[in-house]
Amino acid sequence: MSTSRERLDALRAALGEVEPRQAAGDPDGVVLDVREPDETSQGSPTGALRVPKSFLELRVEEALPDRSRPVYVLCAGGVRSLFATEALRALGYERAVSVAGGFSRWKADGLAFEVPRALDAAGRVRYGRQVILPEVGEEGQLALGRSRAVLVGAGGLGSPAAYYLAAAGVGELVIVDDDVVDRSNLHRQILHTDARVGRPKVESAKQTLEALNPDVRVDARRVRLVPENVEEVFAGADVVLDGTDNFQTRYLVNDACVNLGIANVHGAIFRFEGQVSVFHPARERGVAPCYRCLYPEPPPPELAPSCAEAGVLGVLPGVIGCLQGIEAIKLLLGIGEPLIGRMLHYDALRQRFQELTFGADPKCTHCAPDAPVRPYQTLAESCGA
Amino acid sequence: MTSATLRLPTPLRAFCGGQDEVTLEGATVGELLRALEREHPDLRGRILDENGEVRRFVNVFVDGANARGNGGLDADVRDGSQLTIVPAVAGGSGRSR
Repeated sequence: MSTSRERLDALRAALGEVEPRQAAGDPDGVVLDVREPDETSQGSPTGALRVPKSFLELRVEEALPDRSRPVYVLCAGGVRSLFATEALRALGYERAVSVAGGFSRWKADGLAFEVPRALDAAGRVRYGRQVILPEVGEEGQLALGRSRAVLVGAGGLGSPAAYYLAAAGVGELVIVDDDVVDRSNLHRQILHTDARVGRPKVESAKQTLEALNPDVRVDARRVRLVPENVEEVFAGADVVLDGTDNFQTRYLVNDACVNLGIANVHGAIFRFEGQVSVFHPARERGVAPCYRCLYPEPPPPELAPSCAEAGVLGVLPGVIGCLQGIEAIKLLLGIGEPLIGRMLHYDALRQRFQELTFGADPKCTHCAPDAPVRPYQTLAESCGA
Repeated sequence: MTSATLRLPTPLRAFCGGQDEVTLEGATVGELLRALEREHPDLRGRILDENGEVRRFVNVFVDGANARGNGGLDADVRDGSQLTIVPAVAGGSGRSR
Protein backbone atom coordinates (compact mmCIF):
# COMPACT_ATOMS: atom_id res chain seq x y z
CA MET A 1 0.00 0.00 0.00
CA SER A 2 1.42 3.37 -0.97
CA THR A 3 0.39 6.83 0.11
CA SER A 4 -1.32 8.98 -2.49
CA ARG A 5 1.79 11.13 -2.61
CA GLU A 6 3.95 8.12 -3.49
CA ARG A 7 1.43 6.96 -6.05
CA LEU A 8 1.40 10.39 -7.72
CA ASP A 9 5.16 10.49 -7.86
CA ALA A 10 5.17 7.03 -9.41
CA LEU A 11 2.58 8.04 -12.01
CA ARG A 12 4.45 11.22 -12.83
CA ALA A 13 7.63 9.24 -13.32
CA ALA A 14 5.95 6.57 -15.41
CA LEU A 15 3.75 8.77 -17.62
CA GLY A 16 5.72 11.98 -17.80
CA GLU A 17 4.39 15.52 -17.96
CA VAL A 18 4.59 18.39 -20.40
CA GLU A 19 4.63 22.10 -19.84
CA PRO A 20 1.44 23.97 -20.85
CA ARG A 21 3.31 25.87 -23.53
CA GLN A 22 4.35 22.62 -25.23
CA ALA A 23 0.75 21.38 -25.21
CA ALA A 24 -0.52 24.68 -26.63
CA GLY A 25 2.14 24.66 -29.33
CA ASP A 26 1.45 21.24 -30.82
CA PRO A 27 -0.78 21.70 -33.88
CA ASP A 28 -1.44 17.96 -34.12
CA GLY A 29 -2.36 17.51 -30.49
CA VAL A 30 -5.58 18.05 -28.62
CA VAL A 31 -6.01 19.49 -25.15
CA LEU A 32 -8.44 17.44 -23.08
CA ASP A 33 -9.79 19.35 -20.11
CA VAL A 34 -10.99 16.77 -17.58
CA ARG A 35 -12.30 19.21 -14.97
CA GLU A 36 -15.95 19.30 -13.95
CA PRO A 37 -18.40 21.57 -15.79
CA ASP A 38 -18.59 24.10 -12.96
CA GLU A 39 -14.82 24.53 -13.29
CA THR A 40 -14.57 24.67 -17.09
CA SER A 41 -17.45 27.13 -17.21
CA GLN A 42 -15.09 29.66 -15.62
CA GLY A 43 -12.55 29.22 -18.41
CA SER A 44 -10.80 26.46 -20.33
CA PRO A 45 -8.03 26.33 -22.97
CA THR A 46 -9.29 27.63 -26.29
CA GLY A 47 -10.49 24.78 -28.48
CA ALA A 48 -10.04 22.16 -25.78
CA LEU A 49 -12.19 19.06 -25.63
CA ARG A 50 -14.00 18.91 -22.32
CA VAL A 51 -14.85 15.58 -20.77
CA PRO A 52 -15.10 15.51 -16.97
CA LYS A 53 -12.86 12.91 -15.37
CA SER A 54 -15.88 11.26 -13.83
CA PHE A 55 -17.19 10.41 -17.34
CA LEU A 56 -13.83 9.97 -19.04
CA GLU A 57 -13.96 6.26 -19.77
CA LEU A 58 -17.59 6.48 -20.87
CA ARG A 59 -17.29 9.39 -23.26
CA VAL A 60 -13.75 9.76 -24.47
CA GLU A 61 -14.05 7.37 -27.40
CA GLU A 62 -16.92 9.39 -28.78
CA ALA A 63 -15.03 12.66 -28.31
CA LEU A 64 -11.66 11.37 -29.48
CA PRO A 65 -11.95 8.50 -31.94
CA ASP A 66 -8.30 8.77 -33.03
CA ARG A 67 -6.19 7.03 -30.40
CA SER A 68 -2.92 7.89 -32.11
CA ARG A 69 -3.20 11.66 -31.58
CA PRO A 70 -1.21 13.39 -28.88
CA VAL A 71 -3.63 14.14 -26.03
CA TYR A 72 -2.65 16.80 -23.48
CA VAL A 73 -4.67 16.08 -20.38
CA LEU A 74 -5.39 19.06 -18.20
CA CYS A 75 -7.06 19.61 -14.84
CA ALA A 76 -6.84 22.45 -12.33
CA GLY A 77 -3.39 21.78 -10.88
CA GLY A 78 -1.95 18.72 -12.62
CA VAL A 79 -3.04 15.99 -10.21
CA ARG A 80 -6.35 14.66 -11.51
CA SER A 81 -4.88 14.83 -15.00
CA LEU A 82 -2.27 12.26 -14.00
CA PHE A 83 -4.93 9.76 -13.01
CA ALA A 84 -6.89 10.58 -16.13
CA THR A 85 -3.78 10.04 -18.25
CA GLU A 86 -3.29 6.64 -16.68
CA ALA A 87 -6.89 5.75 -17.57
CA LEU A 88 -6.42 6.99 -21.14
CA ARG A 89 -3.26 4.95 -21.64
CA ALA A 90 -5.19 1.91 -20.46
CA LEU A 91 -7.79 2.68 -23.15
CA GLY A 92 -5.09 2.75 -25.81
CA TYR A 93 -4.36 6.49 -26.02
CA GLU A 94 -0.63 5.89 -26.09
CA ARG A 95 0.31 9.52 -26.57
CA ALA A 96 -1.78 10.85 -23.67
CA VAL A 97 0.28 12.98 -21.31
CA SER A 98 -0.55 15.16 -18.35
CA VAL A 99 -0.09 18.94 -18.43
CA ALA A 100 2.04 20.05 -15.48
CA GLY A 101 0.42 22.63 -13.24
CA GLY A 102 -2.97 22.33 -14.94
CA PHE A 103 -5.15 25.27 -15.88
CA SER A 104 -3.59 27.49 -13.15
CA ARG A 105 -0.24 27.25 -14.87
CA TRP A 106 -1.86 27.54 -18.31
CA LYS A 107 -3.33 30.91 -17.34
CA ALA A 108 -0.19 32.05 -15.50
CA ASP A 109 1.81 31.34 -18.67
CA GLY A 110 -0.50 33.65 -20.61
CA LEU A 111 -1.85 30.93 -22.91
CA ALA A 112 -5.18 31.33 -24.70
CA PHE A 113 -8.36 30.29 -22.97
CA GLU A 114 -12.06 30.85 -23.49
CA VAL A 115 -15.15 30.88 -21.36
CA PRO A 116 -17.14 28.11 -23.04
CA ARG A 117 -20.83 28.42 -23.50
CA ALA A 118 -22.17 25.93 -21.06
CA LEU A 119 -25.36 24.82 -19.48
CA ASP A 120 -25.88 26.11 -15.99
CA ALA A 121 -26.34 23.69 -13.12
CA ALA A 122 -30.13 23.70 -13.43
CA GLY A 123 -29.90 23.06 -17.18
CA ARG A 124 -27.54 20.15 -16.66
CA VAL A 125 -30.11 18.58 -14.39
CA ARG A 126 -33.16 19.42 -16.49
CA TYR A 127 -31.72 18.26 -19.80
CA GLY A 128 -29.35 15.64 -18.40
CA ARG A 129 -31.10 12.66 -19.94
CA GLN A 130 -30.96 14.11 -23.43
CA VAL A 131 -27.54 15.75 -23.09
CA ILE A 132 -26.01 12.33 -22.46
CA LEU A 133 -27.19 11.25 -25.90
CA PRO A 134 -24.08 11.58 -28.06
CA GLU A 135 -26.26 12.96 -30.87
CA VAL A 136 -27.32 15.84 -28.62
CA GLY A 137 -24.58 16.55 -26.11
CA GLU A 138 -24.06 19.88 -24.44
CA GLU A 139 -23.44 21.62 -27.76
CA GLY A 140 -26.73 20.32 -29.12
CA GLN A 141 -28.58 21.37 -26.03
CA LEU A 142 -27.11 24.85 -26.26
CA ALA A 143 -28.11 24.94 -29.93
CA LEU A 144 -31.70 24.09 -28.99
CA GLY A 145 -31.59 26.90 -26.45
CA ARG A 146 -30.58 29.36 -29.19
CA SER A 147 -33.32 28.15 -31.56
CA ARG A 148 -36.59 29.73 -32.50
CA ALA A 149 -39.54 27.60 -33.56
CA VAL A 150 -42.80 29.00 -34.87
CA LEU A 151 -45.93 26.98 -34.18
CA VAL A 152 -48.86 27.85 -36.38
CA GLY A 153 -51.88 26.80 -34.37
CA ALA A 154 -52.12 26.12 -30.64
CA GLY A 155 -54.65 23.35 -31.15
CA GLY A 156 -54.59 19.58 -31.40
CA LEU A 157 -51.29 19.33 -33.28
CA GLY A 158 -49.63 22.37 -31.76
CA SER A 159 -50.35 21.25 -28.20
CA PRO A 160 -48.14 18.16 -28.03
CA ALA A 161 -45.53 19.65 -30.34
CA ALA A 162 -45.21 22.79 -28.24
CA TYR A 163 -45.18 20.79 -25.03
CA TYR A 164 -42.22 18.70 -26.15
CA LEU A 165 -40.31 21.53 -27.78
CA ALA A 166 -40.62 23.51 -24.56
CA ALA A 167 -39.65 20.49 -22.46
CA ALA A 168 -36.64 19.88 -24.71
CA GLY A 169 -35.42 23.42 -24.10
CA VAL A 170 -36.02 25.07 -27.48
CA GLY A 171 -35.23 28.63 -26.50
CA GLU A 172 -38.02 30.54 -28.17
CA LEU A 173 -41.46 29.40 -29.22
CA VAL A 174 -43.54 31.76 -31.31
CA ILE A 175 -47.14 30.55 -31.11
CA VAL A 176 -49.67 31.93 -33.57
CA ASP A 177 -53.39 31.47 -33.09
CA ASP A 178 -56.28 33.93 -33.03
CA ASP A 179 -58.76 31.59 -31.39
CA VAL A 180 -60.03 31.26 -27.84
CA VAL A 181 -60.27 28.05 -25.83
CA ASP A 182 -63.56 26.24 -26.22
CA ARG A 183 -64.59 23.36 -23.99
CA SER A 184 -64.95 21.15 -27.10
CA ASN A 185 -61.21 21.65 -27.78
CA LEU A 186 -60.10 20.04 -24.56
CA HIS A 187 -60.33 16.39 -25.60
CA ARG A 188 -57.27 16.94 -27.79
CA GLN A 189 -55.79 20.41 -27.19
CA ILE A 190 -53.95 19.48 -24.04
CA LEU A 191 -52.15 22.77 -23.55
CA HIS A 192 -55.39 24.27 -22.29
CA THR A 193 -57.50 23.69 -19.22
CA ASP A 194 -61.14 23.81 -18.32
CA ALA A 195 -60.58 26.93 -16.24
CA ARG A 196 -59.26 28.75 -19.32
CA VAL A 197 -62.31 28.28 -21.52
CA GLY A 198 -62.95 31.59 -23.25
CA ARG A 199 -59.37 32.81 -22.93
CA PRO A 200 -57.04 33.26 -25.91
CA LYS A 201 -55.33 29.98 -26.79
CA VAL A 202 -51.91 31.61 -27.13
CA GLU A 203 -52.13 33.01 -23.59
CA SER A 204 -53.21 29.65 -22.24
CA ALA A 205 -50.36 27.98 -24.14
CA LYS A 206 -47.83 30.46 -22.77
CA GLN A 207 -49.00 29.86 -19.22
CA THR A 208 -48.75 26.07 -19.55
CA LEU A 209 -45.39 26.04 -21.33
CA GLU A 210 -43.68 28.54 -19.05
CA ALA A 211 -44.88 26.56 -16.05
CA LEU A 212 -43.35 23.43 -17.57
CA ASN A 213 -40.05 25.08 -18.43
CA PRO A 214 -39.23 28.61 -17.31
CA ASP A 215 -36.13 28.62 -19.56
CA VAL A 216 -38.34 28.91 -22.62
CA ARG A 217 -39.52 32.24 -23.94
CA VAL A 218 -43.01 32.01 -25.40
CA ASP A 219 -43.98 34.74 -27.84
CA ALA A 220 -47.78 34.56 -27.88
CA ARG A 221 -49.20 36.02 -31.10
CA ARG A 222 -52.95 36.32 -31.02
CA VAL A 223 -53.31 36.95 -34.73
CA ARG A 224 -54.50 35.06 -37.75
CA LEU A 225 -51.66 34.37 -40.12
CA VAL A 226 -52.29 36.45 -43.26
CA PRO A 227 -50.16 37.52 -46.24
CA GLU A 228 -49.50 40.87 -44.58
CA ASN A 229 -47.96 39.48 -41.39
CA VAL A 230 -46.53 36.08 -42.32
CA GLU A 231 -42.96 37.17 -43.03
CA GLU A 232 -42.79 39.25 -39.89
CA VAL A 233 -44.07 36.35 -37.76
CA PHE A 234 -41.64 33.87 -39.38
CA ALA A 235 -38.62 36.23 -39.24
CA GLY A 236 -35.63 34.59 -37.62
CA ALA A 237 -37.33 31.21 -37.32
CA ASP A 238 -35.19 28.10 -37.53
CA VAL A 239 -38.21 25.88 -38.11
CA VAL A 240 -41.97 26.27 -38.60
CA LEU A 241 -44.50 23.69 -37.45
CA ASP A 242 -47.76 23.75 -39.37
CA GLY A 243 -50.56 22.57 -37.15
CA THR A 244 -53.34 24.62 -38.62
CA ASP A 245 -56.83 23.57 -39.61
CA ASN A 246 -57.44 25.16 -43.00
CA PHE A 247 -55.99 25.11 -46.48
CA GLN A 248 -55.75 28.87 -46.71
CA THR A 249 -53.21 28.99 -43.90
CA ARG A 250 -51.40 25.84 -45.04
CA TYR A 251 -50.62 27.26 -48.47
CA LEU A 252 -49.58 30.54 -46.89
CA VAL A 253 -47.26 28.73 -44.44
CA ASN A 254 -45.78 26.78 -47.34
CA ASP A 255 -45.25 29.77 -49.59
CA ALA A 256 -43.63 31.84 -46.85
CA CYS A 257 -41.36 28.95 -45.82
CA VAL A 258 -40.31 28.51 -49.47
CA ASN A 259 -39.58 32.23 -49.83
CA LEU A 260 -37.72 32.48 -46.53
CA GLY A 261 -35.91 29.13 -46.87
CA ILE A 262 -37.32 27.76 -43.61
CA ALA A 263 -38.14 24.08 -43.00
CA ASN A 264 -41.89 23.47 -42.73
CA VAL A 265 -42.81 20.55 -40.50
CA HIS A 266 -46.25 19.61 -41.67
CA GLY A 267 -48.90 17.64 -39.81
CA ALA A 268 -52.50 17.08 -40.82
CA ILE A 269 -55.24 14.86 -39.47
CA PHE A 270 -58.66 13.62 -40.44
CA ARG A 271 -60.69 11.43 -38.13
CA PHE A 272 -58.37 8.44 -37.55
CA GLU A 273 -55.74 9.31 -40.13
CA GLY A 274 -52.70 11.52 -40.07
CA GLN A 275 -50.01 12.80 -42.43
CA VAL A 276 -46.57 14.08 -41.45
CA SER A 277 -43.86 15.44 -43.72
CA VAL A 278 -41.09 18.03 -43.87
CA PHE A 279 -41.11 20.49 -46.74
CA HIS A 280 -37.80 22.28 -47.20
CA PRO A 281 -36.88 23.12 -50.81
CA ALA A 282 -34.04 25.39 -49.67
CA ARG A 283 -32.18 22.31 -48.52
CA GLU A 284 -31.77 21.13 -52.10
CA ARG A 285 -33.56 23.11 -54.79
CA GLY A 286 -35.26 20.92 -57.34
CA VAL A 287 -34.91 17.83 -55.14
CA ALA A 288 -36.53 18.61 -51.80
CA PRO A 289 -40.25 19.22 -52.41
CA CYS A 290 -42.67 21.78 -51.00
CA TYR A 291 -46.32 21.30 -50.08
CA ARG A 292 -47.37 22.50 -53.53
CA CYS A 293 -45.21 19.83 -55.19
CA LEU A 294 -47.37 17.26 -53.41
CA TYR A 295 -50.68 19.10 -53.56
CA PRO A 296 -50.50 21.77 -56.27
CA GLU A 297 -54.01 22.95 -55.40
CA PRO A 298 -56.40 22.63 -52.47
CA PRO A 299 -59.65 20.78 -53.07
CA PRO A 300 -62.54 22.98 -54.09
CA PRO A 301 -65.02 23.41 -51.24
CA GLU A 302 -67.53 21.02 -52.84
CA LEU A 303 -64.93 18.21 -52.82
CA ALA A 304 -63.37 18.92 -49.44
CA PRO A 305 -64.76 16.71 -46.70
CA SER A 306 -67.74 18.45 -45.22
CA CYS A 307 -67.68 19.86 -41.73
CA ALA A 308 -70.32 17.39 -40.69
CA GLU A 309 -68.01 14.54 -41.61
CA ALA A 310 -65.11 15.86 -39.60
CA GLY A 311 -64.30 15.02 -36.03
CA VAL A 312 -61.21 13.39 -34.68
CA LEU A 313 -60.07 10.94 -32.08
CA GLY A 314 -58.44 13.13 -29.44
CA VAL A 315 -55.22 11.19 -29.19
CA LEU A 316 -54.63 11.19 -32.97
CA PRO A 317 -53.24 14.74 -33.09
CA GLY A 318 -51.16 13.67 -30.10
CA VAL A 319 -49.41 11.07 -32.27
CA ILE A 320 -49.02 13.36 -35.27
CA GLY A 321 -48.03 16.45 -33.25
CA CYS A 322 -45.37 14.42 -31.42
CA LEU A 323 -43.95 13.24 -34.75
CA GLN A 324 -43.78 16.89 -35.83
CA GLY A 325 -41.97 17.66 -32.58
CA ILE A 326 -39.40 14.95 -33.28
CA GLU A 327 -38.80 16.21 -36.82
CA ALA A 328 -38.42 19.78 -35.56
CA ILE A 329 -35.88 18.79 -32.91
CA LYS A 330 -33.92 16.69 -35.41
CA LEU A 331 -33.77 19.63 -37.79
CA LEU A 332 -32.66 22.01 -35.03
CA LEU A 333 -29.92 19.59 -33.99
CA GLY A 334 -29.00 18.64 -37.57
CA ILE A 335 -29.25 14.93 -36.80
CA GLY A 336 -30.85 11.92 -38.44
CA GLU A 337 -32.81 11.70 -41.68
CA PRO A 338 -35.48 14.36 -41.92
CA LEU A 339 -38.83 13.41 -43.42
CA ILE A 340 -38.04 15.29 -46.63
CA GLY A 341 -39.55 13.89 -49.82
CA ARG A 342 -41.36 11.38 -47.65
CA MET A 343 -44.71 11.36 -45.95
CA LEU A 344 -45.48 9.25 -42.97
CA HIS A 345 -49.11 8.26 -43.26
CA TYR A 346 -50.77 6.94 -40.12
CA ASP A 347 -53.96 4.91 -39.88
CA ALA A 348 -54.95 4.64 -36.24
CA LEU A 349 -57.75 2.13 -36.83
CA ARG A 350 -55.44 -0.32 -38.55
CA GLN A 351 -52.57 0.85 -36.31
CA ARG A 352 -50.37 1.15 -39.35
CA PHE A 353 -47.73 3.59 -40.54
CA GLN A 354 -46.87 3.76 -44.21
CA GLU A 355 -43.95 5.65 -45.69
CA LEU A 356 -44.82 7.30 -48.99
CA THR A 357 -42.18 8.95 -51.17
CA PHE A 358 -42.53 11.87 -53.56
CA GLY A 359 -40.20 14.22 -55.36
CA ALA A 360 -40.01 17.92 -56.10
CA ASP A 361 -42.21 18.98 -59.01
CA PRO A 362 -39.86 20.42 -61.65
CA LYS A 363 -42.74 22.66 -62.73
CA CYS A 364 -43.73 23.73 -59.21
CA THR A 365 -45.03 27.29 -59.37
CA HIS A 366 -43.33 28.19 -56.09
CA CYS A 367 -40.20 26.11 -55.43
CA ALA A 368 -38.85 25.05 -58.84
CA PRO A 369 -35.31 26.37 -59.27
CA ASP A 370 -36.48 28.82 -61.94
CA ALA A 371 -39.75 29.78 -60.24
CA PRO A 372 -40.10 33.48 -59.48
CA VAL A 373 -40.85 34.68 -55.97
CA ARG A 374 -44.60 35.11 -55.97
CA PRO A 375 -46.77 37.43 -53.90
CA TYR A 376 -48.80 35.66 -51.24
CA GLN A 377 -52.30 34.73 -52.29
CA THR A 378 -55.48 34.64 -50.32
CA LEU A 379 -57.37 31.46 -51.15
CA ALA A 380 -61.10 31.29 -51.00
CA GLU A 381 -62.20 30.07 -47.60
CA SER A 382 -63.23 26.45 -47.75
CA CYS A 383 -64.58 24.32 -45.03
CA GLY A 384 -61.65 21.96 -45.11
CA ALA A 385 -61.57 19.14 -42.64
CA MET B 1 -54.71 -10.64 -65.10
CA THR B 2 -52.94 -8.20 -62.82
CA SER B 3 -54.70 -7.26 -59.63
CA ALA B 4 -53.80 -4.73 -56.97
CA THR B 5 -55.05 -3.55 -53.62
CA LEU B 6 -56.22 0.05 -53.35
CA ARG B 7 -56.07 1.71 -49.94
CA LEU B 8 -58.76 4.33 -49.66
CA PRO B 9 -58.48 7.45 -47.51
CA THR B 10 -61.04 8.16 -44.83
CA PRO B 11 -62.76 11.02 -46.71
CA LEU B 12 -63.55 8.71 -49.65
CA ARG B 13 -64.69 5.66 -47.74
CA ALA B 14 -68.24 6.95 -47.49
CA PHE B 15 -68.44 6.69 -51.30
CA CYS B 16 -67.44 3.04 -51.44
CA GLY B 17 -69.50 1.40 -48.78
CA GLY B 18 -67.16 2.25 -45.91
CA GLN B 19 -64.39 -0.05 -47.16
CA ASP B 20 -60.81 1.03 -46.46
CA GLU B 21 -59.28 -1.36 -49.03
CA VAL B 22 -60.50 -2.89 -52.25
CA THR B 23 -58.78 -5.31 -54.61
CA LEU B 24 -59.32 -4.74 -58.32
CA GLU B 25 -57.93 -5.85 -61.64
CA GLY B 26 -55.87 -3.55 -63.83
CA ALA B 27 -52.35 -3.31 -65.21
CA THR B 28 -51.83 0.45 -64.84
CA VAL B 29 -52.73 3.12 -62.29
CA GLY B 30 -55.30 4.51 -64.72
CA GLU B 31 -56.95 1.15 -65.31
CA LEU B 32 -57.23 0.54 -61.59
CA LEU B 33 -58.68 3.96 -60.82
CA ARG B 34 -61.22 3.63 -63.62
CA ALA B 35 -62.13 0.16 -62.34
CA LEU B 36 -62.61 1.70 -58.89
CA GLU B 37 -64.98 4.31 -60.34
CA ARG B 38 -66.94 1.65 -62.22
CA GLU B 39 -67.30 -0.40 -59.04
CA HIS B 40 -68.21 2.62 -56.92
CA PRO B 41 -69.85 5.24 -59.15
CA ASP B 42 -70.29 7.64 -56.20
CA LEU B 43 -66.52 8.18 -56.31
CA ARG B 44 -66.73 9.69 -59.80
CA GLY B 45 -65.07 13.08 -59.92
CA ARG B 46 -63.39 12.72 -56.55
CA ILE B 47 -60.12 11.14 -57.68
CA LEU B 48 -60.16 11.69 -61.44
CA ASP B 49 -61.33 14.95 -62.93
CA GLU B 50 -63.63 15.42 -65.94
CA ASN B 51 -60.64 14.86 -68.27
CA GLY B 52 -59.75 11.63 -66.60
CA GLU B 53 -56.63 13.06 -64.92
CA VAL B 54 -55.79 12.63 -61.24
CA ARG B 55 -57.02 15.67 -59.35
CA ARG B 56 -54.33 18.04 -58.18
CA PHE B 57 -55.13 17.63 -54.48
CA VAL B 58 -54.93 13.83 -54.70
CA ASN B 59 -51.84 11.62 -54.92
CA VAL B 60 -51.70 7.97 -55.84
CA PHE B 61 -48.72 6.02 -54.52
CA VAL B 62 -47.75 2.70 -56.08
CA ASP B 63 -46.03 0.54 -53.49
CA GLY B 64 -45.18 3.71 -51.59
CA ALA B 65 -43.85 5.79 -54.51
CA ASN B 66 -45.79 8.70 -55.97
CA ALA B 67 -47.19 7.92 -59.41
CA ARG B 68 -47.14 11.62 -60.32
CA GLY B 69 -43.90 12.19 -62.16
CA ASN B 70 -43.37 8.43 -62.40
CA GLY B 71 -45.65 7.63 -65.30
CA GLY B 72 -48.83 8.94 -63.70
CA LEU B 73 -51.92 7.11 -64.91
CA ASP B 74 -49.83 5.09 -67.36
CA ALA B 75 -47.55 3.76 -64.61
CA ASP B 76 -47.43 -0.01 -64.68
CA VAL B 77 -48.62 -1.92 -61.67
CA ARG B 78 -47.26 -5.31 -60.69
CA ASP B 79 -49.55 -8.12 -59.64
CA GLY B 80 -50.11 -7.78 -55.91
CA SER B 81 -49.08 -4.11 -55.85
CA GLN B 82 -50.59 -1.73 -53.40
CA LEU B 83 -51.98 1.65 -54.41
CA THR B 84 -52.45 4.22 -51.67
CA ILE B 85 -54.71 7.15 -52.44
CA VAL B 86 -53.93 10.21 -50.34
CA PRO B 87 -55.85 13.48 -50.66
CA ALA B 88 -54.87 16.77 -49.07
CA VAL B 89 -56.52 17.19 -45.71
CA ALA B 90 -56.74 20.55 -44.07
CA GLY B 91 -56.27 19.91 -40.52
CA GLY B 92 -58.12 19.96 -37.95
CA SER B 93 -61.20 18.56 -36.46
CA GLY B 94 -64.03 20.70 -37.58
CA ARG B 95 -64.34 24.42 -37.48
CA SER B 96 -62.47 26.02 -34.67
CA ARG B 97 -62.67 29.57 -35.86
